[in-house]
Amino acid sequence: MGNITLKNVSKSFGSTTIIPNIDLNIEDGEFVVFVGPSGCGKSTLLRLIAGLEDTSGGTISIDGRDVTQEAPAKRKLAMVFQSYALYPHMTVAKNIAFPLKMAGEDQATIDKKVKDAARVLNLTNYLERRPGQLSGGQRQRVAIGRAIVRQPSAFLFDEPLSNLDAALRGTMRLEISELHHQLKTTMIYVTHDQVEAMTMADKIVVLNAGNIEQVGSPMELYRTPKNLFVAGFIGSPKMNLIEGAPADKYGAKTIGIRPEHINISTTAGDWKATVGVAEHLGSDTFLHVQTDGIGTINVRADGEVAVKHGDTVYLTPDKTKLHRFGADGKALAQ
Amino acid sequence: MARAVTTQHKTIATTAAWIVALLIFFPILYTIITSFKSEQEAIQGFALIPSGTTESYAEVQAQSGYFKFFLNSVILSVGSTVLALLIAVPAAWSMAFSPTKRTKDILMWMLSTKMMPAVAVLFPIYLIFRDTGLLDSRIGLTVMLMLINLPIVVWMLYTYFREIPGEILEAARMDGASLWNEIIYVLTPMAVPGIASTMLLNIILAWNEAFWTIRLTTTDAAPLTAFISSFSSPQGLFWAKLSAASTLAIAPILIMGWFSQKQLVRGLTFGAVK
Repeated sequence: MGNITLKNVSKSFGSTTIIPNIDLNIEDGEFVVFVGPSGCGKSTLLRLIAGLEDTSGGTISIDGRDVTQEAPAKRKLAMVFQSYALYPHMTVAKNIAFPLKMAGEDQATIDKKVKDAARVLNLTNYLERRPGQLSGGQRQRVAIGRAIVRQPSAFLFDEPLSNLDAALRGTMRLEISELHHQLKTTMIYVTHDQVEAMTMADKIVVLNAGNIEQVGSPMELYRTPKNLFVAGFIGSPKMNLIEGAPADKYGAKTIGIRPEHINISTTAGDWKATVGVAEHLGSDTFLHVQTDGIGTINVRADGEVAVKHGDTVYLTPDKTKLHRFGADGKALAQ
Repeated sequence: MARAVTTQHKTIATTAAWIVALLIFFPILYTIITSFKSEQEAIQGFALIPSGTTESYAEVQAQSGYFKFFLNSVILSVGSTVLALLIAVPAAWSMAFSPTKRTKDILMWMLSTKMMPAVAVLFPIYLIFRDTGLLDSRIGLTVMLMLINLPIVVWMLYTYFREIPGEILEAARMDGASLWNEIIYVLTPMAVPGIASTMLLNIILAWNEAFWTIRLTTTDAAPLTAFISSFSSPQGLFWAKLSAASTLAIAPILIMGWFSQKQLVRGLTFGAVK
């Protein structure tokens, strides 16, 4: 079981409030991603759940049990750190075995579980090596191994992939998602990378300045962002946010249109524009265009679009996919 | 071409390093050479080849009893080091892992005590030692040597402990380790190299300390530094014997230094580069 509930949780360091007041419910077996820009309090929130930081107010419960005052060791959670945090003086086998040893398991059980974890994570040939002799990806796998052997009620990941290169990050992302499918254990994953959030999460929690901006499935956030912050943060490339006359026309302070929801034509359309940079990727074409009276707009088109720098194009936003926001930044009914 | 230049540079640098090393080591080397000369040879002038006699060593041992001084040196240097570590390990630990706003100031203050010339406090300390009956006592001198080196020991350990990432300790906590298990299985193994090299350096510093050991002892607690100085004053012209005494005094620490140089160099340069 791994149901985690936060009620009125707050955290301050001296007079600085990092997390003002948060309520959140994480269901058993869910893959929840905390996402937000640097300094939004997502790591602090994870550390509060882990017990590595004391709360300034509110309660944290795991499976209905109030653990707010409990030490990290007693919460039955496992954590994977950004820096891997492996024990440098122990071999891979001993690193993975450490939590089992602390739990007082007998040697035969420890050996079996370490072997099983090593097999799952492709570490069998590295069990006698020390962390210093491993690559970044292997180290991260050892850290995950150390977390899974305990069969915790939930896994906490604190930006686990940010020290890896892009290719490895992609592979590890798949491996972690695969692991979640296999183990079906609650996972809380902190990242500033919205692509990781979108691809891995069952539920995304978007944080900004310690507040929860929106909670929902990746597609909910993509389709119906509640406010300008979520609209601008979720989606890659970013949503185009337009103010002024074009927004007034739709009765909003700001309108938002995703780059993939703009139709491009060389003959006719709503907005006349000049192509600045055209990125041809084969599968997609990304255009950065200067639009008269609006400014720069990003457009994403499927496949190859034969335009180049300086060409005149006409853009037409898909009216059904248009987002409208009021003066307070909140979304208006579509 | 580039490789030739590099090789040439390397040769020049190596030669220069050897010359500098020999220059630094030469006084010690010449002391050892002189100790194997007769008194006659020793006063005749500069000569690098001794006759090889060991008469000076025999006389020095017969006159003064080297082993009593040696034993005192061992007791004082090891004793003061153990005492310093007992105080410095918790101090450095708390400053490294639970720093406050004042931690840096405290560290600077501790270091500033090393900036004062020792002679400035000679009289008060001498009087305290006299009045408390600590003059010429091993206990008094052990405490004194511990206090002298404590700032350096705290600094070195602090630097080592700072290198241990906090996340590793947090990982241990998440893995279910109690505070005791955290200390036994994670902290200590990671800190041992640092503590070991600090210990070695402190033993050397305490072994070589001459200002206080000579001034606060006469016979009972006198270490090897006092042993050398006892030859220099009344028998100042007996260079060979003085050299033999010096060689005997520095030999143990040279041998220890030689076998532990890897640890020492790591200790002295630790944290210099990431």
